[in-house]
Amino acid sequence: MKSAEEIFEILKTEFGDSILVLDKDTPTEPIISVDPLQIHRVSKFLREHPDLQFDNLMCLSGVDDANGNKVTNADGDELIEGGTLSVYYNLHSVSLKHKISLKVSTSRTDPKVESVENIWKSANWHEREAFDLLGIFFLNHPDLRRILMPYDWDEFTTEVSRHPLRKDYKNPEFYQGMKVPY
Amino acid sequence: MALKTEHMVLNMGPQHPSTHGVLRLELEIEGELVNKVTPHLGYLHRCFEKHAEAMQYNQVVPYTDRLDYLAAIGNNFGYALAVEKLLGIEVPERVEYIRVIMAELQRIASHLVAIGSNGADIGALTPFLYLFRDREHILSIIEETCGARMLYNYIWIGGLSHDIHPDFVRKTKEFCNYFKPTIVELDNLLSYNKIFIERTANIGVLPVDTAINFGSSGPTLRGSGIKFDLRSDDPYSIYDRFDFEIPVGKGLMGTVGDCWDRYYVRIREMEQSLRIIEQAIDHIPDGDVQSAIPKRIKPPKGTVYRRVENPRGELGYFIISDGTVNPFRVKVRAPSFVNLEVLGELCKGYLVADVIAILGSIDIVLGEVDR
Repeated sequence: MKSAEEIFEILKTEFGDSILVLDKDTPTEPIISVDPLQIHRVSKFLREHPDLQFDNLMCLSGVDDANGNKVTNADGDELIEGGTLSVYYNLHSVSLKHKISLKVSTSRTDPKVESVENIWKSANWHEREAFDLLGIFFLNHPDLRRILMPYDWDEFTTEVSRHPLRKDYKNPEFYQGMKVPY
Repeated sequence: MALKTEHMVLNMGPQHPSTHGVLRLELEIEGELVNKVTPHLGYLHRCFEKHAEAMQYNQVVPYTDRLDYLAAIGNNFGYALAVEKLLGIEVPERVEYIRVIMAELQRIASHLVAIGSNGADIGALTPFLYLFRDREHILSIIEETCGARMLYNYIWIGGLSHDIHPDFVRKTKEFCNYFKPTIVELDNLLSYNKIFIERTANIGVLPVDTAINFGSSGPTLRGSGIKFDLRSDDPYSIYDRFDFEIPVGKGLMGTVGDCWDRYYVRIREMEQSLRIIEQAIDHIPDGDVQSAIPKRIKPPKGTVYRRVENPRGELGYFIISDGTVNPFRVKVRAPSFVNLEVLGELCKGYLVADVIAILGSIDIVLGEVDR
């Protein structure tokens, strides 16, 4: 069983400082921030290192950080421009019983994160969910489709109503001829 | 000459009695053999996570009831623990004891439905009715205390909505004494029933490394023979004070990790839940169950991931607080959602009729799959 600091030290000797930051200011749980295009490498290492053995991805959550500027577009909708979207990974080792949280942040305009689907299969649906609800693209994901929202949601919506968990989401007026706001 | 078969796609659900709700499965079949299963979700999607962002922390509790509506106490429990960790508050002993007893009662009630509907799906309708009769006892006990039968809104952040009813202890003890012989009856009625074994043993075998890699948890994981239960492996509340065993699949009727194992783990778990209740019921300390409920819930900035062992597996709440009265983000790691993902692996190469048995043995609740 290892603490977050020890795990971070092991990661740092392998990958160097450039792609990793340990955020100890978070009062409840320490989080290691990773570059979104290196997360696959780091995850693979975390899973395969004999002292770490993170064989279980407990949870993967997409988050809209809502840290951009608020602007109003031509239709009068308030949008968030710039800023980041984040993905949090909560890992656990069944054999060694330690836990760690990872975080990647990617730009809101072009959100791209490497998929970890071929490391932990459970990431498959979680990533689809993050894609569906937040519009984060997971590179190398084998089956990146919507999962909870209807497959044809895009056809009936505008840009502000595509991904519901974005903080600037607005309900579309109609979906397949049905009025949406009630 | 081999029999000529034709590749075809068969649609199962969303209106199908044995999909336990509105689940649609797209089966690619070769004759009677299943090649591929593609689940389509979202028919019950109501964007719980978006609603939660618009609510204050305490207002989210009734919404959590509706995730896994067969085990609502467990959902309340997990959410309350997560927010309490953010707030850094301790709850009184009395609350801890009542929470654990309620959660274990709920676990039995939930497993009764799981076992019953698993049997009913593959033709054993009689046990289903007996089990619902027993579940009724639990629901009445809980109803007496908190007024609701399914969606309780009982465990609040920092406490409980009501203190237990004066009859609660007596009735719970009566239930324990009544229920023990019915488990034996159930074993004779269903577990060792020849037809049931034929339908479930050696069907849908889940190897342990696949189970971990797919993130399976709860009876689905333990059926594959690994001793992993959050109540003892990552203890929360006061579970470390009780003495109980973790039943695992042993392959008694076939291979380790088959449908029968997953089913049997649930039965043995109900016995262990009874053990926990019996250890706890006489030691409920006195106190006020609402004394620790904060007047204004405004946690400091931070993130928390807290998980509990729900009847269906690991229920996790990932909550981000931005220091206001509304949660910034609530993500639910629903056990059914993750367990369902392995269905495609399990069904490969089995018959269409086995898909029903396998789905029943995973025991999903669409309320939390679709959220």
